[in-house]
Amino acid sequence: MLIKDEELKGIKEMLLTMASHVEIAIKDSVKSLLEKDLELANKVIKNDHIVNTYDVQIDEACIKFIARRQPVGKDLRFITTGMKITTDLERIADHAVNIAERAVELINEPANKTYEDISRMREVAQRMIKDAIASFVNEDKRLAKDVIMRDDEVDDLNDSINDELITIMTKQSASIIQATKLAYISRNLERIGDHATNIAEMVIYMTEGRIVRHMADIKEPPKHP
Amino acid sequence: MKSTTVDRIIDVKSLSFFYSQDSQTLKNISMPIYRNMVTSLIGPSGCGKTTLLRCFNRMHDLYPGNRYEGEILFNNTNILSNSVDLIELRCRIGMVFQRPTPFPMSIFENVAFGLKLKGIKNRRELGQSVETALRHAVLWDEVKDRLNASAYNLSTGQQQRLVIARSLAVKPDVLLFDEPASSLDPISTLKIEELSASLKSNYTIIIVTHNMQQAARISDWTGFMMLGELVEFDRTDQLFTNPSNLLTEDYISGRF
Repeated sequence: MLIKDEELKGIKEMLLTMASHVEIAIKDSVKSLLEKDLELANKVIKNDHIVNTYDVQIDEACIKFIARRQPVGKDLRFITTGMKITTDLERIADHAVNIAERAVELINEPANKTYEDISRMREVAQRMIKDAIASFVNEDKRLAKDVIMRDDEVDDLNDSINDELITIMTKQSASIIQATKLAYISRNLERIGDHATNIAEMVIYMTEGRIVRHMADIKEPPKHP
Repeated sequence: MKSTTVDRIIDVKSLSFFYSQDSQTLKNISMPIYRNMVTSLIGPSGCGKTTLLRCFNRMHDLYPGNRYEGEILFNNTNILSNSVDLIELRCRIGMVFQRPTPFPMSIFENVAFGLKLKGIKNRRELGQSVETALRHAVLWDEVKDRLNASAYNLSTGQQQRLVIARSLAVKPDVLLFDEPASSLDPISTLKIEELSASLKSNYTIIIVTHNMQQAARISDWTGFMMLGELVEFDRTDQLFTNPSNLLTEDYISGRF
């Protein structure tokens, strides 16, 4: 194996490890809310530094690779994709921390009917992350496109939760504080879906060389002004 | 320059070099060369990088009137001392030039040449040493069935690896590469670059190159020279991402 391929493999492995920490953070943050597990919520908050460290290490490795290897073609697309993915993963972990912090604040509040939707939303968003990373590792553009399509489901769940919370707040003014925090959690999960979409869009760039961000239909070639 | 705990094999101390009485080409250079690392010397034409490289095995002594000042400590012995055995020094610090320099003899005899000069005559011992050297130079598989063929039958890239094998056969500690890939095509260049990375587990390499990108790719440490002075010496990662000297920054970013 060429030295540069070994270096790229190293970067890929670091990204995979970072992604696995991020997935755990998402899962545990919502679990801590649903199961009122204070210890688990604090663990998510405390472990955020691990993801931050990977963020810096991967960025440094990519910068060194660019400076020393002058990547072109596939290598260039891989390294730029890797740098963007690490930024998205780091943001996702921050959203997990936000959720965990709200879970701590809601520890004594009774569950309401939005908890089930939040659980479902977590499941979809986390699956999107998992598949977006898998599409990156396996250079699977079909899976990446599938991830992008799934963002609508997360958005719909967010809308549905917000509607439900507005109804609750209208009926019971005492639950406004709890409902506001739950809306915040839902918003964080919705943003996680957006970041998964960003990752999948970069995988399409990596595999096809097409930048599909901000395009209404990713199957269409870009329209030049 | 940052401090390091890495083992120094060579220590250049206040080295100046004069091609004649009044022509000072190197000016008060101090730098370490770390064991089992690749060190690159870069800089514009005429900056003195090849002159510095040739100091490491006293190549300048081949011409009269040249003069050194300062010290080059090689394993704590000053190799600029008059008492140094130059033949022994050049066995321990071998050199590979810009253009391949195979001798007009067979592939086997080319690699065995230095060993025979050292008095080794046993065919089995010679055979084993030649094979080991050719394997280290990643040439063995390409030539093992034609060791008695003329070295001139090899391609330019193969000839350069043969010359490297010839240097390796006498078991040097340090290899000096003077633009070793500048006359080679991109595939042969890649082979030499990959080879230098594999060789560093057993040898220390100092390479002079006009190709900045090559220095960035293959070296652990890089020295940037200009007008006979060492402007900056640092880890290659550091020098190519955040050099401490503005001159280095301008040179590596093509703003000279």
